[in-house]
Amino acid sequence: MKTKSNLERVLESGHFAVTGELGPPASADAGVIRKKAKLLKGNVDAFNITDGQTAVVRMASWAAAVMGKEEGMDPIVQMTCRDRNRIALQMDVLGISALGINNMLCLTGDHQKFGNHPAARGVYDLDSIQLLRMVRDMRDEKRFQCGDEMAVEPRLFIGAAENPFADPFEFRVPRLAKKVEAGADFIQTQIIYNLDKFAEWMKGVRDRGLHERVKILAGVAPIKSLGAARYMKTRVPGMDVPDSVIERLQKATSKEQVSREGINLCVDIIKRVREIEGVAGIHLMAIEWEEVVPEIIGAADLLPRPVFAE
Amino acid sequence: MLAVQIKAKEEILPLVSSKRIFIFECLGCHDVYYPVEEAQKLIDSIDQEIVGRATLDYLCHADYDREYIKAYAREIERAEVILVFSCGVGAQVVSSLLDDRKVYTCCDTLYLAGFQGLTAKEFDCDQCGECYLNYTGGLCPVALCSKNLLNGPCGGSQGGKCEVDPDMPCVWQEIFDRLAGLGQLETMDRLGPPKKWNVSPA
Ligand code: SF4
Ligand code: SF4
Repeated sequence: MKTKSNLERVLESGHFAVTGELGPPASADAGVIRKKAKLLKGNVDAFNITDGQTAVVRMASWAAAVMGKEEGMDPIVQMTCRDRNRIALQMDVLGISALGINNMLCLTGDHQKFGNHPAARGVYDLDSIQLLRMVRDMRDEKRFQCGDEMAVEPRLFIGAAENPFADPFEFRVPRLAKKVEAGADFIQTQIIYNLDKFAEWMKGVRDRGLHERVKILAGVAPIKSLGAARYMKTRVPGMDVPDSVIERLQKATSKEQVSREGINLCVDIIKRVREIEGVAGIHLMAIEWEEVVPEIIGAADLLPRPVFAE
Repeated sequence: MLAVQIKAKEEILPLVSSKRIFIFECLGCHDVYYPVEEAQKLIDSIDQEIVGRATLDYLCHADYDREYIKAYAREIERAEVILVFSCGVGAQVVSSLLDDRKVYTCCDTLYLAGFQGLTAKEFDCDQCGECYLNYTGGLCPVALCSKNLLNGPCGGSQGGKCEVDPDMPCVWQEIFDRLAGLGQLETMDRLGPPKKWNVSPA
């Protein structure tokens, strides 16, 4: 074990892992975090705390993570290159590790143009692959990016994201290989609705033996409404929502039924990805819909979650 | 050509090992700054056969380049590698005109406040001081990728468009296509290290 991460432990012990996601509030309200953390507790092995997702100002990921930790959970701090240069990134890495946080997800970040401060200056000093390598070297070589040594290294289980549905598709497996080479211990994928394409990508992953070097968690999310499905299909870059998904939801007769079908679809996808060789777990994103997490995980036969003695 | 600095021979020699070479050299912004002696020193350190050398003004001007490419067609045909001594714009123009040939730049373009060259229109160079074109098939990710990515396309590249601005092509898709055409896709596997931003504009 490289770290004290619960997620690492679950994965190393061969369990099919479940991670969740929690979006911090766009305010200083600590109550929201605690409430959402309680909804996820016992249903996931670890959960991501987004870092200014869609470039909207929200409570700092690390601060919300400390609260999640106080609720007895294993947070994954997301960290983007959009708002911090290599100096700030390394300072935050030291800080979160010192606060007892065990996991970090390295991202480039959503462009500031999409958020509520489009006039902001984007940083992008590093990209996600350079960030991965920097954090890996801090942990394993006890070195800062400049080469200087440190006395106590950050002990973080290091994650990254990958999108099997973006273009060029032929580069998506090599890009994963770069992230593994750079230092990723685990990968969370973009939300999967196109299972055939995901299976094809996983085949490429297995052909290169990458599933043996990195733990791959398949991204899944329930769809709440037809509007949301259409929005994802047409507006969100890098999302692949096949027509069959829209058609399935269209068959429902009321709003409640659409949500219900959205949940059923999510459970079906979980069951299908679980059968794909090399998938080590799922990453369930039910942002602003956290209350359905226990139901989905239960219906997918993934409860109870493993508990380890200290 | 803007103000340039000649790359270390350690960076260039591996690209030209045992290959016939053609050289494009730009003197268009000669008065601004062009290290003639250092350029010659780098050329002298190359053991391989130099099959031709075209020296012209304003390599950034595609019309001029077309003329020279015609005039030197036989030499260029014989060459396996084209080396360019010019700013990032000039190198990008040559790469685009000879997009099925291996074109490498021997220069890092330096920042010069207020000076953008004379004919830079379709091609952009941020004068970043650490030129990447040799890893990208001659297309510039520094000036043209919305997130300055140096390790390939982000997760939002779709249908050849940039996720940040659908009116803009995703330069990493173009780089991928160019390298695929050159049979050099393995270049995409290189882990691009953090960039030295201190040699580029503030
Ligand atoms: S990488 Fe781009 S910005 Fe930098 S010197 Fe080369 S062409 Fe110019
Ligand atoms: S879509 Fe392409 S050009 Fe746009 S930010 Fe992503 S990699 Fe860069």
